[in-house]
Amino acid sequence: MTSPSATADVLTAPAESDSDSYLTHDKGILSWLLTLDHKRIGVMYLGCVLTAFLLGGVFALLLRTELLTPGRTIVDHDTYNQLFTLHGAVMVFLVIIPGIPAALGNFILPLQLGAKDVAFPRLNLASWYLWVIGATFLLVSLVTNAADTGWTFYTPYSTTTTTSVIPALFGAFILGFSSIFTGLNFITTMHKLRPPGMTWFRMPLFLWALYSTAVIQVLATPVLAITLLMLIVERFVGIGIFDPALGGDPVLFQHFFWFYSHPAVYIMIVPAFGVVSEIFPTFSRKRIFGYKFIALSSVAIAILGFLVWGHHMFVSGQSVVAATIFSGITFLIAIPTAIKVFNWITTMYKGGLHLDTPMLYALFFLWVFSIGGLTGIFLGVMSLDVHLHDTYFVVAHFHYVMMGGSITAFLAGTHYWWPKMFGRTYNEKWGRISCGLLFVGLNLTFFPQFILGTRGMPRRYYNYLEEFQGLHQLSTIGAYLMGVAFVITAVYLLASLRKPADAPANPWGANTLEWRAASPPPYYNFHNPPEVVEGPYEYADWVYDKRTRGYQRKASHGS
Amino acid sequence: MNASFEHLVGTMVATWLPGVGQGWTGRAASLISVLAAPAPGGMPNPPKVPHSPWFWMPNSASNFAASIDGMFNFLLWISLVCMLGVAVAIVYFCRRYRATSREANEAAESQADHSNALEVTWSIIPLFVVIGVFVVGFQQFVSLRTPPRAAYEVHATGQRWKWGFEYPEGLTHPELHVPVGKDVRVLIQSVDVIHSLYIPEFRVKMDAVPGRYTELWFSPTQEGTFPIYCAEYCGTSHSDMLTRVVVHSQEGFQAWVADEIRKIESMPLVELGELTFNQSGCSTCHSVDGSAKVGPSFKGVFGRQEKIFGAASITVDENYLRESILEPQKKVVEGFPPSMPTFKGQLSDRRISGLIEYLKTIK
Repeated sequence: MTSPSATADVLTAPAESDSDSYLTHDKGILSWLLTLDHKRIGVMYLGCVLTAFLLGGVFALLLRTELLTPGRTIVDHDTYNQLFTLHGAVMVFLVIIPGIPAALGNFILPLQLGAKDVAFPRLNLASWYLWVIGATFLLVSLVTNAADTGWTFYTPYSTTTTTSVIPALFGAFILGFSSIFTGLNFITTMHKLRPPGMTWFRMPLFLWALYSTAVIQVLATPVLAITLLMLIVERFVGIGIFDPALGGDPVLFQHFFWFYSHPAVYIMIVPAFGVVSEIFPTFSRKRIFGYKFIALSSVAIAILGFLVWGHHMFVSGQSVVAATIFSGITFLIAIPTAIKVFNWITTMYKGGLHLDTPMLYALFFLWVFSIGGLTGIFLGVMSLDVHLHDTYFVVAHFHYVMMGGSITAFLAGTHYWWPKMFGRTYNEKWGRISCGLLFVGLNLTFFPQFILGTRGMPRRYYNYLEEFQGLHQLSTIGAYLMGVAFVITAVYLLASLRKPADAPANPWGANTLEWRAASPPPYYNFHNPPEVVEGPYEYADWVYDKRTRGYQRKASHGS
Repeated sequence: MNASFEHLVGTMVATWLPGVGQGWTGRAASLISVLAAPAPGGMPNPPKVPHSPWFWMPNSASNFAASIDGMFNFLLWISLVCMLGVAVAIVYFCRRYRATSREANEAAESQADHSNALEVTWSIIPLFVVIGVFVVGFQQFVSLRTPPRAAYEVHATGQRWKWGFEYPEGLTHPELHVPVGKDVRVLIQSVDVIHSLYIPEFRVKMDAVPGRYTELWFSPTQEGTFPIYCAEYCGTSHSDMLTRVVVHSQEGFQAWVADEIRKIESMPLVELGELTFNQSGCSTCHSVDGSAKVGPSFKGVFGRQEKIFGAASITVDENYLRESILEPQKKVVEGFPPSMPTFKGQLSDRRISGLIEYLKTIK
């Protein structure tokens, strides 16, 4: 079906456009701030998300330092409460939710479709500006009198505390719209801009994951917006919606909040599934195992994810019937999740494995996400959750999933696409070292927290009984190790930007379309939209070229 | 502190890495203790966690502990088997199938990309496991949420940052005292924000929600004293909102109730004041040794000159103290947050007089 000329065009495109990439196409700060180019918007998102990650990480290290001893170590009660609130809010709303979809997705999605841009470039830029405005409101809350409600904003505490909750809520409200815009854009782009020959089941699994995520973003986030707006109205005007003193119902807030925030957990983790589903086949030189199961299980998770919010509320006074239904559906989600893990492992079976940094991060993900997923089963059992709810067991569980799952996959994706995004290769040796250090640090930080939790240590505790000190100190040492690993990562990634462009178009030999553009891609991505004749994980037509240290596609293909 | 850390790390190391000696942990522990000088514990009279025979779970002290721990252990074993499988697969595949060079293996020989039999198998087996776990968890949950009709009823009230328990005999006490082997139903309410009553040794927990009653029940199986925590974040001193459950023998419980009632009726004012001070959670925010906490210290408070926020200085006298107990936001001492809850309707006049007399004695 493919015409030889189109194939030839794809082959020659990188060479032609070497001199003019999206990075050099326009110059000046305004050419970035007013850009409609999805790649530049993706890079701006990446910069912002990483800056927010630094901020949230500093909060985390301060929290862990405070917990070295019971009682006061470095800060007082109220400051500690503000720190954990900001750590949670920054990491959830500013880092993990936009991390993979808005930063990596923005850059990669149109390239994987062989398209010039997303469907609505202006909406795309608007979503970045909304992110900046939302982040500014969170910062305003930080520098005035930081909110101390926890990122969950539970009523009636959040409607009665004297800290500046409204700027923080308003920030989260605006960030929600940023997320909705990105979701809308991605759904439309995938429906309308797929290239000739790319059927739904020839789409890369990263796109399936982004599609499922986008559906959740568009359907769930408005509920958060409405809920936060009601909270603002209650605080400002005193209309009783949630505060029982005004005739409201505090548990209603929890229902609204989790109606968004549980699906939001999947906004955070499903894109991570997409990233590792690209990496496992590429670095195993083998088709992904169970493509359709992985693709459809993302969709299944996205749908079921809407129906389980009540599992956060087993001890809130919710009825036994409601708890039972929520628990049952929660268990159903375990199945598609388990299927994915089995498929990734089987993909490696009889492959030809290359253990470069992205693959190491993907293996890292496999291990920590499995722990995170299995401990989710403990919490889904209603009777056991009564004991474990609101303890460090929950803290450990969601850090294994969010940090171990989402952030690790984000790092995997960043290392995987870095040569594509900036045209530079990073120092592979330091990449592996910091990946190993992070692995040790992450497990040392969060594994002891499972034991703290089962032994009865509640979360969000500034002070604690002396019996828990040893485990807390182990956890803090782990957090410092992670801090060191992140500093190393930042240094070698930034250092790579200072050298001349050296990355080949396709360093890993992947068969998805983004690798057919040059590294870094030219302004218009592709001269002619590539045509798709096969699935995204076919490696037979790629040969390794020692000279460029990259893969070339066999010219014979398609004729 | 140091000893407990060594003990813990020692236990953990011994459990995970048999053969690694105590010397390493001892050195690491002393290094950490030097790095982080232990701060004075912030909690007045903190409850003790009794030694547990298990590695993961705390002591089992109620009718629910055995079955819930059984569920935990079952899941733990399943998880260990799964993680062992993942670990073996990762390590084995990485050694066995590692490509020697980029050129050598551009595409793997096997391109097997699906097997319906395999996919169905690994969907069905976990499905049966989780259905089983769900059903057992459901049965346990129903029993956790269904108190027997004839249970002994105690009312619990959460308030920032203290717990209060009211017994049918007409006694109010900051600790939960119960007889061993008797079904106890705790009716929970909150006067301000959401709290959560959590007794790890009993494996029970329930939120205290303002504006409604919630409940939990248990039957203690072991005499002893166990900590009670607040598990739902409630502000500044959330982590100090602790108390204890004391499980007596059947006769011991009756004697304790009678004794408490007699004590309160015949107590001199100063002693009643001291008792009230300890029972009402005053010490969570006010020290008696001059150190600053959330609120001003009570050391030498009577007769002291205090600068009032947004007003002139006043001298602390009986009427100011009474007003501050009943309407704490009216005259707040400068430099402290207006976060004290009111005690209106909670303390009898005699107890308030007692508190004032007691405060006079703290010099």
